[in-house]
Amino acid sequence: MALLSKKDANLILDPLADNNPITIQVLGICSALAITAELKASLVMSISVIFVMGVGNVVISLMRNLIPSKIRIIAQLIVVATLVIVVDQVLKAFAYELSKTLSVFVGLIITNCIIMGRFEAFALGNGVWRSFLDGIGNALGYGVILVMVGFFRELLGAGTLFGIPVLGDPITKTGLYAIGYENNGFMIIPPAALIVVGIIIWVQRSRNKALIEEA
Amino acid sequence: MAINTDKNGYTILFSVLMVIVVGSILAFLASGLSDRIKENERFEKQQNILYAMGVHENTPDSGVNFIPTDVVEEKFEENITEQYVLIDGEIKKDDNAFSLDVKKEIAAFKKGEEAKLPIFVGKKDGENVYVLPMYGKGLWDAIWGFISVDKNMVVQGVYFDHKGETAGLGANIKLRFFMDDFIGESLLDGGSYAGITVSKTNNDPVNEDKQDNEVDAIAGSTITGNGVTAMIKETLKAYKPYLETIRTN
Repeated sequence: MALLSKKDANLILDPLADNNPITIQVLGICSALAITAELKASLVMSISVIFVMGVGNVVISLMRNLIPSKIRIIAQLIVVATLVIVVDQVLKAFAYELSKTLSVFVGLIITNCIIMGRFEAFALGNGVWRSFLDGIGNALGYGVILVMVGFFRELLGAGTLFGIPVLGDPITKTGLYAIGYENNGFMIIPPAALIVVGIIIWVQRSRNKALIEEA
Repeated sequence: MAINTDKNGYTILFSVLMVIVVGSILAFLASGLSDRIKENERFEKQQNILYAMGVHENTPDSGVNFIPTDVVEEKFEENITEQYVLIDGEIKKDDNAFSLDVKKEIAAFKKGEEAKLPIFVGKKDGENVYVLPMYGKGLWDAIWGFISVDKNMVVQGVYFDHKGETAGLGANIKLRFFMDDFIGESLLDGGSYAGITVSKTNNDPVNEDKQDNEVDAIAGSTITGNGVTAMIKETLKAYKPYLETIRTN
């Protein structure tokens, strides 16, 4: 017996590619722009979102028959906010260094529309296990794009990956810089993220024509 | 039995219960963890002060390596020999200078109210070094740090930190390539406390000129850099009475 049924496996696999929350549903763009100047920040943000979304979807799914529909958005917001504060406090107590790297992004998680979107569209109408898989899947789909964007922006913008120089030293002119290569400062600023995301969307859709919407 | 979740009474009951449950979880968590969090913050401040005076575990090519948290308390006791506060131009010995809230004290000083400005005196290679806390603002939010000088007003080290400067740009003020440039720079220009300007036009990117009162800026983070410049100037202004006494002694 497979670990996951085909239907369940698709809950994880779909958002990674053909139903990616960023490139197909075009959600969560704001945080994708804000934090992808560095690979490390992208990775940390992805991991936090995976946690918040996995647990959040489970909590919402557990409460789905109890939440009054009139105030469901507020209830969802409270669940996200609580989880984020719990994560923040626990990190501050047990992984202080990491919490400092995260501090700016923690607030951004609350406003991440992918999370609210999945609560609203999936967890409110599905069982706990499937909601958990859906949450993890969508957060992974978000994370994959974030890490890709972070990789290109940090590499082309600063010539480093995870803060480690990989193309040589731009000041003493070693490595690639010796033959006249320059860092592209434009990659560090937020508009560059849009361009990188745009290129990813372009590549994805040209490889899979079924994703192109009718004009 | 299915619950009718559309009734007003139920909605109110649900909201009240949710607030109580969530509120208690958070209150419980916050009070349970607050000791550990405070301890972490204390260690961090000790690490930062030591870093600014040059006590750290950096190797030539490494990033910022603080004294590890398990020994930082000892190292701090060992390296910081005296603590003072500067109140209204008067210097007083105060062993609790460490626990003062720099943000609050500097804000009070700027408003012209009575402020206790902390000073940490350490010994490095037999010479006294004076570590001063700094607090200012960058592009998005607060920036802060520590600067250490010897009696000739030559910078022995700095540490900068920030709350929310742009990742990859202004946030890089806490990286070594930026902070190391300050070491050896003089704060004086002739007789005046000129501070150190984060300059975009100093034509000295490898930082050979230590008397120019300038370090090379980070491209793309002009406002954060200006914030650092202003923060150093403010600090010198606030601590001038103290710096005068150590310089003339």
